[in-house]
Amino acid sequence: MSIKADELAKIAVLARLKVDPEHLQSLTQDLDQILHFVEQMNQQNTQSIEPLGNPLEQHQRLRTDCVTEPNQREALQSVCNTTEKGLYLVPKVIE
Amino acid sequence: MQWEVVIGLEVHVQLATQSKIFSGASIAFGAEPNTQACAVDLAMPGMLPVFNEEALNMAIKFGLAIDANINKVSVFDRKNYFYPDLPKGYQISQLDYPTVEKGHLDITLEDGSSKRINVTRAHLEEDAGKSLHEDFHGQTGIDLNRAGTPLLEIVSEPELRSAKEAVAYLKKLHSIVTYLGISDGDMSQGSMRCDCNVSLRPFGQQEFGTRTEIKNVNSFRFVEKAINCEIERQMDILEDGGRIIQETRLYNPDKDETRSMRSKEHANDYRYFPDPDLLPVVIQDETIERIRQSLPELPEAKKSRFVSDYGLTDYDAGILASTRAQADYFETVAKRCDDAKLAANWIMGELSKWLNQENLEIQQSPVTAQQLGDLILRVKDNTLSGKLGKTVFESLWQREGEVDAIIEKKGLKQVTDSSAIEAMIDEVLNANAAQVEQYRAAEPEKQAKMLGFFVGQAMKASRGKANPQQVNEALTRKLNG
Amino acid sequence: MTRHLLTKAEASQPHLNSFITLCHDQAISAARAADEARTRGENSLLLGIPVAHKDAFCTAGIRTTSGSRMLSNFIPPYESTVSRKFKDAGAVCLGKTNMDEFAMGSSNENSFFGAVRNPWDLSRVPGGSSGGSAAAVAAGLVPAATGTDTGGSIRQPAAFCGISGLKPTYGRVSRLGMIAYASSLDQGGPLAHTVEDLALLLKVMAGLDENDSTSADAPVPDYAATLATPLQGLRIGLPREVFSETAHPEAARALQAAIAELEKLGATLVDITLPHTALSVPAYYVIAPAEASTNLSRFDGVRYGHRCDNPTDLEDLYSRTRAEGFGKEVQRRILIGTYALSAGYYDAYYRQAQRIRRLIKNDFVAAFSQVDTILTPVTPGPAFGLGAKTSDPVAMYLEDIYTVPTSLAGLPGLSIPCGFAEGMPIGMQLIGNYFDEARLLNLGHQFQLHTDWHTRRPDVTRITASAN
Repeated sequence: MSIKADELAKIAVLARLKVDPEHLQSLTQDLDQILHFVEQMNQQNTQSIEPLGNPLEQHQRLRTDCVTEPNQREALQSVCNTTEKGLYLVPKVIE
Repeated sequence: MQWEVVIGLEVHVQLATQSKIFSGASIAFGAEPNTQACAVDLAMPGMLPVFNEEALNMAIKFGLAIDANINKVSVFDRKNYFYPDLPKGYQISQLDYPTVEKGHLDITLEDGSSKRINVTRAHLEEDAGKSLHEDFHGQTGIDLNRAGTPLLEIVSEPELRSAKEAVAYLKKLHSIVTYLGISDGDMSQGSMRCDCNVSLRPFGQQEFGTRTEIKNVNSFRFVEKAINCEIERQMDILEDGGRIIQETRLYNPDKDETRSMRSKEHANDYRYFPDPDLLPVVIQDETIERIRQSLPELPEAKKSRFVSDYGLTDYDAGILASTRAQADYFETVAKRCDDAKLAANWIMGELSKWLNQENLEIQQSPVTAQQLGDLILRVKDNTLSGKLGKTVFESLWQREGEVDAIIEKKGLKQVTDSSAIEAMIDEVLNANAAQVEQYRAAEPEKQAKMLGFFVGQAMKASRGKANPQQVNEALTRKLNG
Repeated sequence: MTRHLLTKAEASQPHLNSFITLCHDQAISAARAADEARTRGENSLLLGIPVAHKDAFCTAGIRTTSGSRMLSNFIPPYESTVSRKFKDAGAVCLGKTNMDEFAMGSSNENSFFGAVRNPWDLSRVPGGSSGGSAAAVAAGLVPAATGTDTGGSIRQPAAFCGISGLKPTYGRVSRLGMIAYASSLDQGGPLAHTVEDLALLLKVMAGLDENDSTSADAPVPDYAATLATPLQGLRIGLPREVFSETAHPEAARALQAAIAELEKLGATLVDITLPHTALSVPAYYVIAPAEASTNLSRFDGVRYGHRCDNPTDLEDLYSRTRAEGFGKEVQRRILIGTYALSAGYYDAYYRQAQRIRRLIKNDFVAAFSQVDTILTPVTPGPAFGLGAKTSDPVAMYLEDIYTVPTSLAGLPGLSIPCGFAEGMPIGMQLIGNYFDEARLLNLGHQFQLHTDWHTRRPDVTRITASAN
C-alpha cells in the first residue's frame, strides 16, 4: 500500500490538522515511508490470533453510582478565557 | 403503485442514575451551565473514565424485560468525530459487543391484535453536551452538563409498517423503561429521543428501499407526524419516478415538514476502535439472576393480572397497565374502595378527562388515589349519587379538602329517607296534576317515556340529592297505584 | 538544600534544558513544611526529599505542558495520582522536567521548549521521551524523578544518561492525571541513580487507583525488603534474536561483561527465543499512534490550551489550533494513527498490530515458563548526536527495538547502567514477569552492589555553577 497526497489530505481533515499545501508532499513521503515500514507486520500470518488490546486482559471495574464531583466550574474554567455566562464559546455552529 | 412503509426506530433513553456513566458528576436536569461537568466530562488532560455499575444494571434490567440476550462480555468503543458538544473528540459507545442483543416486545395494533417487534440491540453510551445558539456575539455557547449522561440506545428491526405502529412501539418502550424505573421517560426534557429510519418499497418486494433518518424527534405526536410527512415526501418523489437520497433529516413541527441536515453529511469516518481506557465489561450469571429476581411486574404481566384478579376487560386492563404510575394509581383506588370496575371507570372516565384538559400526567393529579377511593366508597354506599360524585370530584381537583368534609360542607348527602322522598313526590304529583292524568290515560309503552318527566321534576325538587333509584320506585308505585 | 538544588538547576538550564518549569516558591514552602513536620517528629517515606516530575504529570497550580505548545499555558486545577502520592509521602517537587512533546520521541528533540542535552556530552541527546528527568538526575540536579514509558521512554533515557530507571508492569502505577500518549501502553515509573532508590520510589508510586479503570488491583510489596535476596539459582533468559546481532561491538562487549558478572553472582543463563521481536516496532508504531490520534482529539482549542487567533468558523478553529499547537512529530503520529483506524485500513493495520501484540506477549509467556527474568540491551548503542536521526523517522523508531516488546506485553523493565561505549554510558534491560518488580529490583540491586557503573557521574561542575 502506498499513500497518495490527496488521501493524506482527507486524513488531515478527519484529524482536523491544517496542512499547508507546500508541506503536503514531504509529509506524504514521511508517512509513506512509515507505512511501508509498519507493513512488515503483514509478513506474519495471524489468522487464528485473537487481537490483544489490554496487556493484562483484566475486566472492567465498576464504580458505585454516587455523585462525588461537586460544582468546580470556576476552577475548571480558569484555564479558558473564551467563556461567557458559564458557557464555552465557539464559532457559530450551523445545524 | 402500492407502497409498503418500512420503519425502524433508534431510541435513546437517558438512564436515571445518580451520576454520569463514566464520572461522578450529577446528571440532574436543569442546573446552571457547566456546573455539572467535572474534569472527566470536560476531557481535561489526563482524565480517565470509570464505568458506572448502575448504568450496567439498568441495561441488564431492560434486556431481561424484553427477553433479550445479555452478552457476557461487552466492549466500549470510541466513536471519533469532532464537535463542540463532544469534549473528548470521541463518544464512548458499544459497536460490536453491545450489552443487550436480540430481544422483542409486543405492540397492540389498532384492531386490537398484537404484533411482535424485534429489538436488534440495546447498547450503552454517553450523551453529548448541548449547543446553545442564542447569540453570543455571533458565537455558539456550549453547556456540557449533559455530556456523559448514560444513554441506552435501543435499536429496533425495520419491522414497523406505519407511523401508528411506530408510536405504539415507542409507547411500549416508554412503558417498559418507566416500569423498570430506569428512566423517567420524559420526552419533553429529552430523556427519551427517537431517530426514525423510514423507507418505502413496492408491495411484495423483498429488498428495502433507500432510507432516510429523521433525527431527534421528541414526542409521540411528532413521531407520528414526522414519519407521516416523510412517507408522503418519499412517496411523491417515487411516484414521480425520482430517487430517495440516503440522508439525515430534521423534522420541523411548526411547518410539519422534514428537511435535509446537510451539515452532518460530509464524509464521516468514525474510526471505531475499542477504548483502551476501559476494559471489557464482564457480566456474571449471578448478577443477571439477581437482577432478574428484582425485576418489577411488567406491563404484560400486570395486564393479565388485572384481567384475572380484578375481572377487568382486556381493553381496560391494557390501558390501566400501560404506565406504571397509572397501574399503581388504579390498584390503590381499587383496594381502597374494593370495587375494581368502578375504580377503572372513574380513572378512565372522570380522572383522565380532567388530566387531559389540564395536560397533566397521572403522577401530577391533584386528586390522590386514596381520595378517589374514598369518593367511590361514598357513591357505593349511596351517600352520593353518581352525579354528585362528579361534583365532589371537582372539589377534590380544586383541593378543597377530603371527601367526607366536602360532602358535609356542601350538603351533598344523598337523601335516602323514604318518607322524605314520598312526601316530595306527593308534592311533585300534586303540582303536576294534568300530567298525572295524561300519564294514567296513556299506553304502557308511552308511560315508560313519560316517567322521565316526573323523575326529572322530583330530582330537581331535591336539588339532585334524592336517591334516583328510590325516586323511580316510589313514582312508579304512586302513578300506577 | 532545596534552594541549592534550585540554583544549580537554574544554572544548568542554558546547557541542559532539562526543566520546563522550576517551582521555586512551591518547592521552598514544601521544603519548609517538611522541616517542620520532621521537627514535630513526623516521618513519611520521602519527607523532604527533592524530586522532579516529568511534565506529563498534572500538578495542581503548576504549569503542565506535556512538552507542547498546545499546553504551554496550562495550569491544571487538579493533581495527578502519582504527583499526589509523592506529595503525600512528603517529597518536595523542584520542577517539571522537559520531554518529547506528548511523550512522542526517543531523543527529546521533539519538545516545544527545546531539546534536552545529555550531561555526559552536550552534543548528544539524553534519550526520550523522559529525557529531562534522566538528564536532571544524571547531572545531580535532583536525586530522583518520575517519568513515563510508552515504548521505552524511561528505560532508554536512563541508559543514555547512565542512571537507573524502571518501567513497572502496565497498570501498576495509576495513569490518572498523566497526560496520555497511548493508553494501553503508558506507564509511569521512577528514575534515580540506584536501584535501591527505585525500590523506595516505586513503593510510593504504585497501587490501585479506583479512578483509573486500567489500574491493577494487585498488592504492593515492600520492594526494599527483598533487595538483599541472593541471586543463587536465578534463571536469566538471553533471547537469541537479540544477541545474534552486534550493532555496536563496544556496547555488546560491555553487556557481555555485565552478564558474566551476574553469572558470577549465582545466576544461571538460559538461551531463550522471542521469535516475533522484529515485528514489535512496526506493531508499536501502529498501536501507539492509533491510540494517540484519538487521545489527542480533546485538544481542540475550546476548553483549555492553545486556541488559534480569529477562527473564521468551527473547522478553522479546530484545524488551525491543532496545526499550530502540535509539533511535527505529533502531527505525523496523529496522521498515521488516523489512517490506521480509518475505514478500509483498520484490519490491515490496527487489528493486525493487535494480533502481533498477542504473539509478542505469547513469546514472553512461553519464555517465562523457563526463566525468571530476561536480559537484553536497552538500546542499539550509546546516545547519538543531536540532529543525527531527526530527518529519518523510521531510523528514530528503530532505536526502540529492545524496549518496545516489553511495552507491548505490558511487562516490567528495569534499565541499569552496565558500562560505557564511546565514552558514553550504556544500559542493560532486565525484564520481569507481570508484577514481579521485586525480583527485578533485587537483581538490579545485587548487580549494583558488585559494580560501580551506577556511581559514575558526568562532570557537570561547569554547567551547574551559578553564573554569579
